[in-house]
Amino acid sequence: MAFRAAVITFPGSNCDRDMAVALESVSGEAAIRVWHGDADLPDQLDLIALPGGFSYGDYLRSGAMAAKSPVLRAVVAAAERGVPVLGVCNGFQVLTESGLLPGALMRNAGQRFVCKTVELEVANTTSPFTSGFAAGERLRVPVAHHDGNYFADEATLDALEAENRIAFRYCDNPNGSRRDIAGVLSANGRVLGMMPHPERAMEPAAHASLGGADGRKIFENVIASLVDA
Amino acid sequence: MKVRILVRLKPGVLDPQGRAVHHSLESLGFDGVEDVRIGRMIEMQVADDTSDEALTRMCEQLLANMVIEDFAIEKLTPSGEPA
Repeated sequence: MAFRAAVITFPGSNCDRDMAVALESVSGEAAIRVWHGDADLPDQLDLIALPGGFSYGDYLRSGAMAAKSPVLRAVVAAAERGVPVLGVCNGFQVLTESGLLPGALMRNAGQRFVCKTVELEVANTTSPFTSGFAAGERLRVPVAHHDGNYFADEATLDALEAENRIAFRYCDNPNGSRRDIAGVLSANGRVLGMMPHPERAMEPAAHASLGGADGRKIFENVIASLVDA
Repeated sequence: MKVRILVRLKPGVLDPQGRAVHHSLESLGFDGVEDVRIGRMIEMQVADDTSDEALTRMCEQLLANMVIEDFAIEKLTPSGEPA
């Protein structure tokens, strides 16, 4: 069955095309492009992707305006039905602002925009996005953000750890995130928000200067998990 | 009615911007600055019959992020003084 993924574009998104290209390169199916003002999503989606960028110019707070846009109500409803949702960078900020994921993404502790390839450690191996990884497996994936400093109160952080909801941790924390958190899962494991950009790490190892290919595995995992289901 | 909303980071939430500004003030030679916290001020013109409850909901749903921020609502006279 054809893999149906939707990529949402907000005014100011700038990784939406990369996300669509990444999804198509793994699934062989063109991703459906959805505009922020649409009140409805296409039917029978296998994945919804919220891309990186600067939705609404980061006005008020990163992701705050996008989280209140019409299409997000449809995304929240789809997530509640169990449709997998992947939010990358600004998409992660939108997921926390919308309440689909706990916590908030604050200004980087070092105050600077951080743009480099970082090493991640896989912490969860049971979600649709991470089931193909070995625990502790290391990935190299680029980050590019100013507001990537993951914050949640201690009780929330303890609960995330107890419920195995931390997907990835930074090996060398670039932004001050609490407990080195780079990616967080929803309670049912079907919503993933992460600051690093897997869609920018899609080329084979021969092109390591282009970010390597470790991001591809995240897309392969989610597609494989749906085919198996 | 003019309303002023002050949005501030909750106590205990690290404020990297405040810390950087604190450091800059010290490097300019200002002594005695003990802490700097940076927030946001939002001024709104709203209908006179807007309820306190509606203003609170505006803050909770959009103007502040309740995970990291607190807010205070101040009603102002037409000349901009606290009512």
